[in-house]
Amino acid sequence: MNIKDLEDGIVELIRKAETDLPKDVVDSLKKAYEVEEGVAKTQIEAILKNIDLAKKSKRPMCQDTGIQTFFVSVGIDFPHIEILKDVIVNGVKKGTKEIPLRPNTVDPFTGENHNDNTGDQLPYITWDFVRGSNVQITALPKGGGSENMSKLGMLKPGVGIKGVKDFVVEEVIKAAGNPCPPTIVGVGIGGGADLSLKLGKKALLRPVGQRHKDKNIAKIEEELIKRINDSGIGPMGLGGKTTVLDVHIEKAHRHPASLPVGIAVQCWADRRSHMIINSDGSWEVK
Amino acid sequence: MEYHFNLPASKDEIKKLKIRDVIYVTGKIFTARDEAHHIMLEKEKIPFNPSEMALFHCGPLMKKDKSKWQVVSAGPTTSSRMEIFEDKFLEKFGTNIIIGKGGMGERTEKALQKFTGVYTAYTGGAGALAADKVEEVLGVYWLEELGMPEAAWIFKVKEFGPLVVAIDSYGKSIYKELKK
Repeated sequence: MNIKDLEDGIVELIRKAETDLPKDVVDSLKKAYEVEEGVAKTQIEAILKNIDLAKKSKRPMCQDTGIQTFFVSVGIDFPHIEILKDVIVNGVKKGTKEIPLRPNTVDPFTGENHNDNTGDQLPYITWDFVRGSNVQITALPKGGGSENMSKLGMLKPGVGIKGVKDFVVEEVIKAAGNPCPPTIVGVGIGGGADLSLKLGKKALLRPVGQRHKDKNIAKIEEELIKRINDSGIGPMGLGGKTTVLDVHIEKAHRHPASLPVGIAVQCWADRRSHMIINSDGSWEVK
Repeated sequence: MEYHFNLPASKDEIKKLKIRDVIYVTGKIFTARDEAHHIMLEKEKIPFNPSEMALFHCGPLMKKDKSKWQVVSAGPTTSSRMEIFEDKFLEKFGTNIIIGKGGMGERTEKALQKFTGVYTAYTGGAGALAADKVEEVLGVYWLEELGMPEAAWIFKVKEFGPLVVAIDSYGKSIYKELKK
């Protein structure tokens, strides 16, 4: 296994996410451009120009290149599981220089910055183990402005799903222009406090426009999209029809006494990329 | 209405602006986020003249090519974090154009009215597009202490925009209107 080559693969994975927005997001923004007018249209126009320029010049589309976040699905027959963590961490360090990325990891006590996007607990990696012999990595660099609008609600179960819906709509409206709308909103319902937030973030991995496979939940997603967009907050909070591009819900069973709702917000720069590492060490980024 | 200004903008030019107007600016701008605001308010003397520049809420992504700094990506950061400083900042430095995203609150609205200034919104996340309008990096201050995003960078920009006037010098704010 060529470790250097795998680290370069991680650099390409991050570069892809930072410079080339997934087609589902771009298509959705193009649709927004068609329906918007006035100031809102100027905002979507600037976003689309920016996406184009970033892709052509292979430059990060946003100066906030985010906290490097990875979801890794490891096939248990992959022969070199032990090297994966180092490969990702070293790939982040290399990518910081080569792409480049903004040094975004700061010690909360001392303010110290290693200038390589690593630090205690970072990059943030979520591990999952599955049958098979390859490794799948999804990168989701997460910007600070949208992350700051995350919310946890420990609702009273008595408020029911109506209460959940109202909570989500109110919080997204309260966030207004701060998370760089039009946003994608991930909602995790159930589990405990931490799990609901985690599910909210995982919900952001689903492509824009794709509904939950449960028809009832899919309907609730559609209702939330409509209610939030009816608020008129619009692109960048300057007024308009498109405040969210999508709302994705994921759920877990809950304790009878708890109804946790975790909201994760992603800016229009819904940066995602995907990598497969085969058992022989060959890799592909898409 | 659309306007093209050379910086610094005059009081009369600022007074022309109403919310939803769009401006493009040419001249010098400086970046300042939370930490730079803090330092600049504390220091008695600072090494550049903010009154001749526009203030840009931005933590840019920069790279050094041979000894010269280049902007890679430089969109706006969330302005509401600077709300706690901005009225004092405008009073102390006389800056009359703020560039940011997401809007600001009542304290800044009042200060903009009092000192004749505007808050303008540049499309959040459009960092590559913004970098394209920067002609030259003229300097950087407090880079060692604050790091790349929080340092004060001085940019020479050409036709930087579109900037949407979101809070004008008459106390009107797009954000306030939408909240109603």
